[in-house]
Amino acid sequence: MDDQAKKEMDQSPSSWLGDIRRVIAVPLTAVLLALLIGAILLAVSGANPIKAYSALIDGSFGDMKAFGRTLAKATPLIFSGLAVAFAFKAGLFNIGAQGQLLFGALVAAVVGFMVHGLPAFLHATLALLAGGAAGALYAAIPGALKAYTGAHEVITTIMLNYVAINITDYFADGPLKDTGIVARTPEILDTARIPSIGEIPVGFFLAVLAAVAIWWLLWHTTLGFEIRTVGLSPHAAKYAGMKVAYTVILTMVISGFLAGVGGAIETQGIVYRYQPGFNTGLGFDGITIALLGKTHPFGIIPAALLIGAMKAGASTMQFDAGVAKEITDVIQALMLFFVTADMIVRKLIRARDDGGEKITLSGWGQQ
Amino acid sequence: MQNSNNLPTQVSPLKQFLKRWGSTIGIALGVIGITIWQYNLNSQITEAVVASSIRQATPLVLGALCGLLGERSGVINIGIEGQMLLGAFVGFLANVWTGNLLFAVFAAVAAGALMGLLLAYMSVTLKMDQIIGGTVINILALGLTGYFYQVGLTTQGKLQPIALGALADIPLIGPAFFNNPPITYATFILVFVVHYVLFYTKWGLRTRAVGEHPRAADTLGVNVFKVRYVNVILGGAIAGLAGAFLTLEAVGSFERAMTNGRGFVALAVMIFGKYTPLGAWGAALLFGFANAMQTQLQFADIQVPHQFIGMLPYILTIVVLSGFVGRTRVPAADGVPYDKE
Repeated sequence: MDDQAKKEMDQSPSSWLGDIRRVIAVPLTAVLLALLIGAILLAVSGANPIKAYSALIDGSFGDMKAFGRTLAKATPLIFSGLAVAFAFKAGLFNIGAQGQLLFGALVAAVVGFMVHGLPAFLHATLALLAGGAAGALYAAIPGALKAYTGAHEVITTIMLNYVAINITDYFADGPLKDTGIVARTPEILDTARIPSIGEIPVGFFLAVLAAVAIWWLLWHTTLGFEIRTVGLSPHAAKYAGMKVAYTVILTMVISGFLAGVGGAIETQGIVYRYQPGFNTGLGFDGITIALLGKTHPFGIIPAALLIGAMKAGASTMQFDAGVAKEITDVIQALMLFFVTADMIVRKLIRARDDGGEKITLSGWGQQ
Repeated sequence: MQNSNNLPTQVSPLKQFLKRWGSTIGIALGVIGITIWQYNLNSQITEAVVASSIRQATPLVLGALCGLLGERSGVINIGIEGQMLLGAFVGFLANVWTGNLLFAVFAAVAAGALMGLLLAYMSVTLKMDQIIGGTVINILALGLTGYFYQVGLTTQGKLQPIALGALADIPLIGPAFFNNPPITYATFILVFVVHYVLFYTKWGLRTRAVGEHPRAADTLGVNVFKVRYVNVILGGAIAGLAGAFLTLEAVGSFERAMTNGRGFVALAVMIFGKYTPLGAWGAALLFGFANAMQTQLQFADIQVPHQFIGMLPYILTIVVLSGFVGRTRVPAADGVPYDKE
């Protein structure tokens, strides 16, 4: 028995608290580094970073109302983050969460204003599921293309994002347009709305529930095992007799469902109709959130809360400190950089590898 | 009598040539035929469509050249979009501040190269997942340009077309090929330069070797890291030039996210063109044509909603990808970080 093995035993604490500390060390450092560089950028462009950041915190956690806003902003983000992270587990990079989310938002709005005479709970549920189904169907396209033709999902999903923007714009400005000049659908019925309890939106609880469900699916079901196997090694999965093509498509469908529900919740809980331009970027934020949360369903929630808080506080920051909202996009991009370039961060904080599953996305050639 | 055993070498070179290039030449001849026929029907519109196809193709070819330099050396570059966008923005700002167009183009190219350096650092040195590395670049470029952009700025002048004497007066071909602004001309030249460098120079051979079998190349003394760094940085510079085309030559101003997916369409162009510069040029012309038709259709008096016409290039990209990716040979080490052991 060599010293090395003994040392490793000592160094890996069996307490789960130690595990958590080890897992969050890198994302936490990444966030702090990004905020630091963001502050430098703010200072360079002539703003007061301390004033800007305190306005940001004030606008997101300052009072109960601000906190409610943060939760409301975080809700669709949890869904889009889950969508990206879930596909990731099968080695798929679903950049198309944006397009799937748009369809979810549109279809939920359609069900919300066209279907009459349902009791509130039923109507809201129906609209939510319809939105999810729309996202799922739309995500099945790149899934099938990947499985049967090898067309890489990164490009097809991005192209489908542009297609989705065009199609939803067409409906909001054409057949489904509300009276008036603004291109948007009519308002959904009260029965289709997802309410808030005090300042806390009910949708947030649904999002947390979804995270638990995805965690269960991934680590406690056969399907989840297959998905993770395909993600770690498609060849091994095939050799073990798993239907890789089927798993790829199903993964995309579930991922699209999550994104679609995220869009539907935005429609039913915040906007109350579909209006082009109201949901832009939510899908892309999902990428940052998924990676910041280390693609674990329970990591997604704090990551989404962080990004949601930045979104909720951005207006206050712009108003109080006179800083352009877009600085939050820069900070977000920096977070993404530092959390993925974790070698740099590890060197800085002298942390060891957290031993998590390493998933590599496929290139063009491999399938 | 030994020769009779070596039958394969006896296949006539003409047959081999036709087998390899037959369909390409067929399509090209078909397109040229239809164009001339259309020209006889309506010379003005045809001339406009052909000329606009060429110009629309410019950023796509440049993007594809960026992509294929990287991938031939084994680095997938999905950040072309971001490199283009940042190039466009820096070129734009440089022009607004100095009023000098040439300086602005160089600034754009330098910004693209810098983003190339970042990608090379992430994928070669840090050995990050290259798809994620590219995404970082895209999101970073979107955030930076969005933050520093101020509404209402316009460039001081645009790069103007230069007519090449009598050549520009040739009907149909003249306006399309010999009456273009500088970056479009530069693109024509770059296509051939990159083709030559990639297939006829020592550097090109090393690049391809590193993209196919880095270990073998390493054993023979090729510096894998250096080859990848240089190619990815050069690619970034070319993507920066594509950005300069957008702000300094095509539009004359900057808008948020103005690249509009061109960086990704360029990847499809690269694959469609089978990882060769000349092939990419042909493929880009096809996409440029789809864009030009889109403009024509929007002006024409037809009852198709503009949103449906607007999605044409994106749908074409998906169709091309699903139809061709399986039939194109991807460099063997594409997307695989090299570990020197």
